[in-house]
Amino acid sequence: MSGVRLLVGTHKGAFILTSDGKRKSWDISGPFFAGWELYHLKGSRLNPNRIYASQTSGWFGQQLQRSDDGGKTWEPVGNVFAYEGKPGPHKWYDNTPHPWEFKRVWHLEPSLTEPETVYAGVEDAGLFRSTDGGKSWQELPGLRNHASAPEWHPGAGGLCLHTILQDPSNPKRLYVAISAAGAFRSSDGGESWEPINRGLKSQYIPDPDAETGHCVHRIALHPGRPQTLYMQKHWDVMRSDDAGSNWREVSGNLPTDFGFALAVHSHQPETVYVVPIKSDSEHFPLEGRLQVFRSRTGGNEWEPLTQGLPRDCYVNVLRGAMSVDKLEPCGIYFGTTGGQVYASADEGESWQAAARDLPAVFSVEAQTL
Amino acid sequence: MLIRIELPFHLRTLAKTGSEVQVEVAGPATLAAALDALEARYPVLRGAIRDAITQKRRAFVRFYACEQDLSNDPQDTPLPAAIAEGREALLIIGAIAGGLKW
Repeated sequence: MSGVRLLVGTHKGAFILTSDGKRKSWDISGPFFAGWELYHLKGSRLNPNRIYASQTSGWFGQQLQRSDDGGKTWEPVGNVFAYEGKPGPHKWYDNTPHPWEFKRVWHLEPSLTEPETVYAGVEDAGLFRSTDGGKSWQELPGLRNHASAPEWHPGAGGLCLHTILQDPSNPKRLYVAISAAGAFRSSDGGESWEPINRGLKSQYIPDPDAETGHCVHRIALHPGRPQTLYMQKHWDVMRSDDAGSNWREVSGNLPTDFGFALAVHSHQPETVYVVPIKSDSEHFPLEGRLQVFRSRTGGNEWEPLTQGLPRDCYVNVLRGAMSVDKLEPCGIYFGTTGGQVYASADEGESWQAAARDLPAVFSVEAQTL
Repeated sequence: MLIRIELPFHLRTLAKTGSEVQVEVAGPATLAAALDALEARYPVLRGAIRDAITQKRRAFVRFYACEQDLSNDPQDTPLPAAIAEGREALLIIGAIAGGLKW
């Protein structure tokens, strides 16, 4: 392994940052698809030069782009996301029924085992799969047809399916997270689904045992210990050791446990990173000091990582904007709504800006080359 | 007949073409026929002007021709003669709209 490629989706295009294994000096290429919103780009583990990108616009809709040469050139692939059957309504912000409508692709997850298969998480919440490299898309309707779906409400960003995980030890096991419905698990490749939100407490939900309705911001797992899941909920950092069946809070000594981004160290399943944000009303770091917090104990005990990160900083770090590489020591990366991409080549001990003046960053995905 | 169509910036870059394209329309020159021909020649534009499933105009896309706003006309309405005869271009415009102050 000789270097790292960062796939950065922003409010006004995509950028690709590359570095050698030292991860000190970064070349920036782009913008690709300038002027469009790039919600997510992700490369295939099976073929890192195969990269998918979600290109979207409030004016001109959804495009799906694919590169087979590591992001040098791109070709549009299929952009029709048709829900199976006649979709019923979900709940709107005012609790009235609202028609289920496709708006955009939030997350792309290439299969860990099938080179031409890729999953797409969309708004309004649904899961789609392509088995021909993105040329055509079919919904996996079992999720949207779950009995709880008519009660799902959108979060502030819409009713979005924003996170997809595939269990590397059991590729039929999939996890998704939906704001603000919660986390769901499938054991049959996405045909059927069950909510996995036991143990989540959300103050805006009167029922303490509510099966759905939780605003899950991110879930992540370590490939070597896939039974353990970590979650950044709206408020609260959570952990499950039984594949999501039961959750417990591990916010511990975090100064605030609101946030969006979360990542797991690539070599240490008990080492987790979050970026605490002041509150759901003030989406910037506590006291204007950008800090990553790391736990080496799987949660509860957290330490601030500040070297190289700014003060007087009032940016946000969005849910898809944190990633890790597989080098030794593990590299950690995150992007901000202020257009910075920060990189650490030493497990978070110190940080430098790999890019400083991009448009607002929506997503960061690290590829180890 | 050849219909001239002027595209907004983002659709030009998407289709990798210039600001004005010409498409051949067989049969009556309607808005739908022009858009069908455009999408046939540039498949990447399917879904970018009209919803790919419902074929309805996307909310922030507008159609103008000969100083007329055709955006809300039925798509089978005949285009003005100057468009059908290629003397003027059908304009596809991204509406000035939006709420984010980015």
